[in-house]
Amino acid sequence: MRRLGLFLSVLDRKLVRELWQIKSQALAIAGVIAAGVALFVLMLSTQHSLELTRERYYQQNQFPDIFASLIRAPLQLETHMNAIEGVAFSRTRVVTNVALDIEGLTEPASGRLVSLPEEAPRLCGIELIEGRYLDANRENEVLVNTRFAHANGFKPGSSVTAVINGRKRKLEIVGIASSPEFVYHMRPGELLPDDKRSGVIWMGRRSLAASLDMEGGFNDVLIKLQPQANRALVIEELDRLLAPYGALGAIPRAQQTSHWFLENELTQLKTMATAIPMIFLAVAAFLLNVVLSRIVAVQREEIAAIKAVGYANSAIAFHFVKWSLAISLLGGGIGVLCGALLGRGMTAMYTTFFDFPYLVFELPGDVVAKALLVAIVAALFGALSSVRKAVTLPPAEAMRPEPPARYTKSLIEQLGMQRFFSQPTRIIFRNLQRNLGRSLISLFGIAAGGALLIVGSFSLDSVDLMTKLQFEVAQRFDVMVTLNQAASQSARQDFASMPGVQQVEAFRVVPVEIKHKHMSRQLGITSLMFDAQLNRLVDAQGRIIQPRNSGLILSATLADLLDIDVGDEIELQVLEGRRRHHQVRVTQIIDDLMGTNAYMESQTLHLLMEESASVSGAYLSVNPLKTDELYSQLKKTPRVAGVMRKGAARESLQKTMDESVGTVRTFNVMFALIIAFGVVYNGARITLAERSRELATLRVIGFRRTEISYILLGEIAILTLVAIPLSMFMGYVLASATVSAMNTEVFRIPLVVSPRTYAFGAVTIMIATTISGLIVRRRLDHLDLIAVLKTRE
Amino acid sequence: MGEVDVHALRGISLDVKQGQSLVLLGHSGSGKSTLLNIIGGLDKPSTGHFYYRGREMTQVNERELTQYRRHSVGFVFQFYNLIPSLTARENVELVTEISDDPLSPEEALSLVGMRERMDHFPAQLSGGEQQRVAIARAIAKRPDVLLCDEPTGALDITTGILVLEALDKVNKELGTTLLVITHNAAIGATADTVLTMADGRISERRQNSVRLRPKEISW
Repeated sequence: MRRLGLFLSVLDRKLVRELWQIKSQALAIAGVIAAGVALFVLMLSTQHSLELTRERYYQQNQFPDIFASLIRAPLQLETHMNAIEGVAFSRTRVVTNVALDIEGLTEPASGRLVSLPEEAPRLCGIELIEGRYLDANRENEVLVNTRFAHANGFKPGSSVTAVINGRKRKLEIVGIASSPEFVYHMRPGELLPDDKRSGVIWMGRRSLAASLDMEGGFNDVLIKLQPQANRALVIEELDRLLAPYGALGAIPRAQQTSHWFLENELTQLKTMATAIPMIFLAVAAFLLNVVLSRIVAVQREEIAAIKAVGYANSAIAFHFVKWSLAISLLGGGIGVLCGALLGRGMTAMYTTFFDFPYLVFELPGDVVAKALLVAIVAALFGALSSVRKAVTLPPAEAMRPEPPARYTKSLIEQLGMQRFFSQPTRIIFRNLQRNLGRSLISLFGIAAGGALLIVGSFSLDSVDLMTKLQFEVAQRFDVMVTLNQAASQSARQDFASMPGVQQVEAFRVVPVEIKHKHMSRQLGITSLMFDAQLNRLVDAQGRIIQPRNSGLILSATLADLLDIDVGDEIELQVLEGRRRHHQVRVTQIIDDLMGTNAYMESQTLHLLMEESASVSGAYLSVNPLKTDELYSQLKKTPRVAGVMRKGAARESLQKTMDESVGTVRTFNVMFALIIAFGVVYNGARITLAERSRELATLRVIGFRRTEISYILLGEIAILTLVAIPLSMFMGYVLASATVSAMNTEVFRIPLVVSPRTYAFGAVTIMIATTISGLIVRRRLDHLDLIAVLKTRE
Repeated sequence: MGEVDVHALRGISLDVKQGQSLVLLGHSGSGKSTLLNIIGGLDKPSTGHFYYRGREMTQVNERELTQYRRHSVGFVFQFYNLIPSLTARENVELVTEISDDPLSPEEALSLVGMRERMDHFPAQLSGGEQQRVAIARAIAKRPDVLLCDEPTGALDITTGILVLEALDKVNKELGTTLLVITHNAAIGATADTVLTMADGRISERRQNSVRLRPKEISW
């Protein structure tokens, strides 16, 4: 310690020793701010790094700006497309959806076959992860996407059977690859990836074109724009060029499925990574402020003594500012370090989750600066408010014992209920009432800790509800089958006669482009039956919506995107058959759970299409004992484009949510626990410091240890019990403020906080209180009575 | 040192001359602590004036008051008010670090016979020892005035005498003006002047022709 003196002033030595003396408490306070800062840094650095990774990935693999598919066009068109002003280059290819037969999987799977030029596959936006590129001389060689490979355990050397143009072909997997175009891959018409049952298969162009009779032609095109290009103009020009070849209309990157899904995931992560950590940081800062101000307040007499020997107010203030800065910077430092380390880990985890081939981690300086600034400001205010109180008091007065507190009879006694309570209990009530301000702040602190536990963990309740509404209330089928192209009504009968099928509801999906106020969106209008049994429209409140007999029904998300209100007339172009234009009135906008959807009542849709009841697919309820039989029948039915098993979709949603929402939740809960414990423990310790003299006096005059413990712990217990319902209320309010932040175009997450979550918050707070109480109790047992006798009281 | 002129409490006035030793006697609540706090620049009177070397201290701002406490006045309190986390030497350094021409902490502690125990923390010292450290802390800055509020109030006779001797030595060897508050009338015999206060007034003034050594008094 002597050597310390060479570098530090006496006040600084006081600082170091006192911090050391209260090290466990200082660590607990530092822990609170560290948790707030760590979560903030963790989430924002992860989010930042993922966007950076995606950007790098897109850039290095030349992720296209515009996508178009068509029926068939001659290769010569490529020159014309490249000549469009603003186009950097175009890449034509052959693409088709096929049914796959995967060993060990009873139900049929589906694959998207995408051609690669045999000569230069590496220039086509593919990142080879494992194995090798295609050999131009072997026509059955393919690459598959990473997620599909992982879900099915494929390695280079594995094989998969595909039905291409009616012929079964065994495809040899020679490599596993990723592409920014297929970060997520979903079957047409589906909202969630199902990596086990659907994959991307890259195949040599000559080989694929040959089997599809596409030699000399293409049915898919990717466009990369020049930096300053006008995207809308290019799309318009492209549509004009491709229209004669059965094009569906070019779409910008924003509507490309994988990008759209990824964008939504990242947006959700971003909002979750901002809203909740901000709340955590704010609460941690508030608690830091409260705790430090109380610790400084306990030092009132020392402040007075230092002032009496001639230190200026500013010097004293500076001393305590350093005192609290030391704690908050320790916490902030630990927080930034942990946040960065965990952020790196979390980014790595998401990199795998999103299938990015590499990881770019960057700790943004402004995030660190913001977090530390909040910690510093909170510490400054906490210290200064108390120091100001202490220094404005004339030292002579500050050194006198505080005037005996003005106690009054507590409310309980005023109500004449004192005979029900013992003397110590009455002391508890009087203490609480007299220090009302302080009691309320403690109460609020504990409640805030509990609220963080709730807001940090409720997300899974909401996801559970969403899953339940989607898969139990809305979708009551077992299997959804989609057909290659619309079939006649007899298809319904065919489904009904398949093995194990108990109930059939056919549906129609019409691909359209909806236009409103210069905005447009391509999607499918799905038919809805009145009083449907197998697939019902359900809103976020769980209400079943019945379709009206006219007009269009839109998801609120879609209506928002296109700025449509109920009653608006919109322009609609059908993208199949005669491609007619219609004006349709929007009659219902519903707050549904998933996707950006458009629906029409079935008869109305058929009328619009001027068709008798055509069928695009069907919802089936199936006898569970006969599913295998049904699947093998479906595998043999050439018209079937895809089979979606509801159970698998549910698993996929669960997996997606566990990986995104669930991971964030884990961290939230972890840090909420640290904060809640830190708050409760500090509250108890400071109460002990504020009270030790009084309690020791009680001991001196004959109170037993158990009695004084009862007075102190009783006060803490009452505060905790009152804080719990408050924490539930605050938790709910914060949850409702953040739940909308989790909504995306893909999912709408309804607000629900389950009793389980409330109980988790309450029980955790009670455990934290009990543990803190036990620690404080041990200290009470060693209360130095002699010291109390020697000092004034 | 010039005249210190005090109109305090209830229309009393008091002159204190440099190097004088003065004892203020009185019961609790007689106003003696208030008077001392005003002289020490710890408190301000609601009305009235207090001059230090011709400067009216009741008019100066907080900054000057701090300067006054820092350079001119030393305090000794009844409950010592040492900083528990600092050793005896460091408690003294607390003052020497901010003074212009201080005694070294070792010198100050030697003067009160505490040099041997200077690396102990307050909790390791007896009450009398703590008080002597407090005196060392107060005199290390070579103050013009040393103000002591019941310096022996919390001590037994033997220890109290040691403390009073330390104060006596400071007054005689350094020429520091000494103002001691006590309710113990016997201590009055060690001072040049004894004032008795009651009800906020000075009820009696007495000059001692001979000052007794602390050892010689009995209480």
